Amino acid sequence: MHADVDARPRRWLKGASLLFLSALALSGMSDRPAQAQTVTAVMHSGVRILDPIITTAHISRNHGYMVFDTLLAMDSKYRPQPQMAEYKVSEDGLTYTFTLRDGLLWHDGTPVTAEDCVVSLKRWAARDAGGQMLMDRTESLAAADARTITLKLKEPFAYTLDMIAKPSAVPAFMMPKRIASTAPTEAIPEQIGSGPFRFVAGEFQPGVKVVYEKFKEYKPRSEPVDWLAGGKVVNVDRVEWVTMPDAQTAINALMSGEIDYMEQPPVDLLPIMEGNEDITVDIFNELGYQTMGRMNFLHPPFNNPTIRRAALLAMNQEDVLQALVGNPEYYSACASMYGCGVPLASDSGAGPITKKGDPKEAQRLLKEAGYDGTPIVLMQPTDVTSVSPQPVVAAQLLRKAGFNVDLQPMDWQTLVGRRASQNPPSQGGWNMFFTNWVIPEVWTPLVNPMLNGRGPKGAWFGWPDDPKLEQLRNAFVQAKTPEAQKEAAVAIQTHAYETVNYIPLGQYTSPAAWRKSLTGIVKAPVPIFWNVKKSK
Amino acid sequence: MPGYLLRRILAAIPVMVVVAVFVFLLLRLTPGDPAAVLAGDMATPEQLARIRASLGLDKPVIVQFVSWIGQLLRGDLGTSLISQTPVTTLIAQRIEPTISLALLTLLLSILIAVPLGVLAAWRHGGITDKAVMSFSVLGFSVPVFVIGYILIQIFAIDLKWFPVQGFRSISDGIGPFLQRATLPSLALASIYVALIARMTRASMLEVLGEDYVRTARAKGLRETAVLFRHALRNAAVPIMTVIGTGFALLISGVVVTESVFNVPGIGRLTVDAILARDYPVIQGLILLTSALYVLINLVIDLSYSLLDPRIRY
Repeated sequence: MHADVDARPRRWLKGASLLFLSALALSGMSDRPAQAQTVTAVMHSGVRILDPIITTAHISRNHGYMVFDTLLAMDSKYRPQPQMAEYKVSEDGLTYTFTLRDGLLWHDGTPVTAEDCVVSLKRWAARDAGGQMLMDRTESLAAADARTITLKLKEPFAYTLDMIAKPSAVPAFMMPKRIASTAPTEAIPEQIGSGPFRFVAGEFQPGVKVVYEKFKEYKPRSEPVDWLAGGKVVNVDRVEWVTMPDAQTAINALMSGEIDYMEQPPVDLLPIMEGNEDITVDIFNELGYQTMGRMNFLHPPFNNPTIRRAALLAMNQEDVLQALVGNPEYYSACASMYGCGVPLASDSGAGPITKKGDPKEAQRLLKEAGYDGTPIVLMQPTDVTSVSPQPVVAAQLLRKAGFNVDLQPMDWQTLVGRRASQNPPSQGGWNMFFTNWVIPEVWTPLVNPMLNGRGPKGAWFGWPDDPKLEQLRNAFVQAKTPEAQKEAAVAIQTHAYETVNYIPLGQYTSPAAWRKSLTGIVKAPVPIFWNVKKSK
Repeated sequence: MPGYLLRRILAAIPVMVVVAVFVFLLLRLTPGDPAAVLAGDMATPEQLARIRASLGLDKPVIVQFVSWIGQLLRGDLGTSLISQTPVTTLIAQRIEPTISLALLTLLLSILIAVPLGVLAAWRHGGITDKAVMSFSVLGFSVPVFVIGYILIQIFAIDLKWFPVQGFRSISDGIGPFLQRATLPSLALASIYVALIARMTRASMLEVLGEDYVRTARAKGLRETAVLFRHALRNAAVPIMTVIGTGFALLISGVVVTESVFNVPGIGRLTVDAILARDYPVIQGLILLTSALYVLINLVIDLSYSLLDPRIRY
């Protein structure tokens, strides 16, 4: 009996020792090396919505570019180029003929047909503002034969090809007819595309991991890759996107070789990787993002244009960008509502916002407008770091100019729900919020969601009712030459600054980091994995 | 005993009903709109309304509730509004990492904490006792994510003994599983070691003064036998309670540890679902958690009678 009792503490010790020894035994083992032809990437967010048409979420769009292909694609000079199809435009500019190139297959092995593409274009147009604009001017869209799509317009629309090639927010991805027939308000049931990668359904874990395999039957174009145009040559067997909610963990994993690529390491953590000879930090999306503030035109005090003007003058981009990004290497003041570095960029009408603002003039305007101290409800999302600092800085700048600011912290989804409310701020509405756009989402007056003056029923949140803006947008649509288009865009921006349609708060880029074993990362407005090679 | 079991199981039903009603209503009162999450930034009010209708969110709350209860009675937790994946599939994908981590954490905690607690009680007031208690205070006070980062720095980055992050199923082999689960379990165990060690010490101190302990020593039993066979067994009921509650807490989600070590568990699923207002997923997870709490409490209560023959149901 004594021997039995005495054995008990020894068992404890034995158990503990075994555990310790097992840890020691593992000490010599490194993590299972990633297979040479598998690229493991941590993207800016987890993939949860697989339908890139139903949502404008960038991660779903990025997923779309892996699996699906587009008829046309934009190159680095902002020109639509043939991708799945060559195109011809009739002399009167009313008929567009797209001819599918040879050998295009869906991932289930069936050939891509013109009928598939027609249904895909219609579904895309039902969800995308640019697509809707195109369809408003469309007389007919039909398959002339198995490989030919004919688009007939009621009136010339100079931006037809731009809309079909646009990279964001919702690109015109092609799908088989049976999938594209899904109602545009419902998510597609399958991930069968004709893109360079095949979605591996069995390994998909929403918000955790999505796996793509090289689609071996994909026939890339012969032209060199250029932004989203050119040959989509896949050099790896497999790409895995894994979600890591903690950026520090992702950086550690990158440095230890457990992952190969990180799309958006926070700028304040970049110094950790500086000097690491295995890591490249570079900007693949050189246009980057526009950060901006939007006021609610329906309720006091921002229903008064003079008070909106005072708010514009109270702001300065440098303070916002410093708080948001911190490192001047990755941000720049930019007055253009279309973003800087794009053909329509202009400083017209901006005033002192790219400098230090003009708080004194803002104070004077507030007095002139008879501002009665009505509190401004500023919504501050605290859970998304890319939109959390702007309201805090803006609140301080507005207070300095004499505004009474009610900064209300909330999570992003509460903000998303609340900004749709047209009630007064005291009844669940709001006065101002901030968000960010990738530049292709704002780079022309046609795609820029804010530059829409259709009021409470048709405009973007904030709902300006601005018939003149609509007239100016129409003039932009009618403009035929690049010079005339630029002139019309400048006129729109000048007017939008006069009415303070919204407040651009600068442009910033977000560098990516990858191991030097990866080469061929393409500069593009979307993270893409074709052309990428991985050495051992 | 079977009668007691049946009564306890029946008593769980109204608890689950109350939880279901409460969670459903609370979620509908929370600001936010899953349709807006799905549609993204550029959706027009009309598009939002159509998506809301296609998800059934435009129906009266009572209709939605009845429909959900109907699904539950058929054993269907519903489908995620965001990913369109069945909730049961989502939970099945995430439950293994969570349970594995919880079990390993508890195993490590018990292996470390119980001997420490016994030792501290045995050497009550001495240096060992003070050292164990200081260690406990430290375990309580230092946030788990700090311990996690320290462990990663030392054992994953400097010594390269373990990978930085990730999870591998036990079906891939015990080696790969332990490689990834050891550090997060150690980080989590820091709290539970502190908790269990303190509870063990306190319980042991109560029983070490009892007559039967004195009698055991007078019989000439070795001290280890006195401590572990006589004293610890009698002190085990409160320790078991702490262990059981700890297990329930670990199962219901340890989101910070899951984030730091990139473990795709229930905690992260819960937070993601809440942030996206994914009602069916949140409802399913809370029901699951409530059921687990009920079950674990039942198991703890039953274990009392095994540890202490005087307790009978």
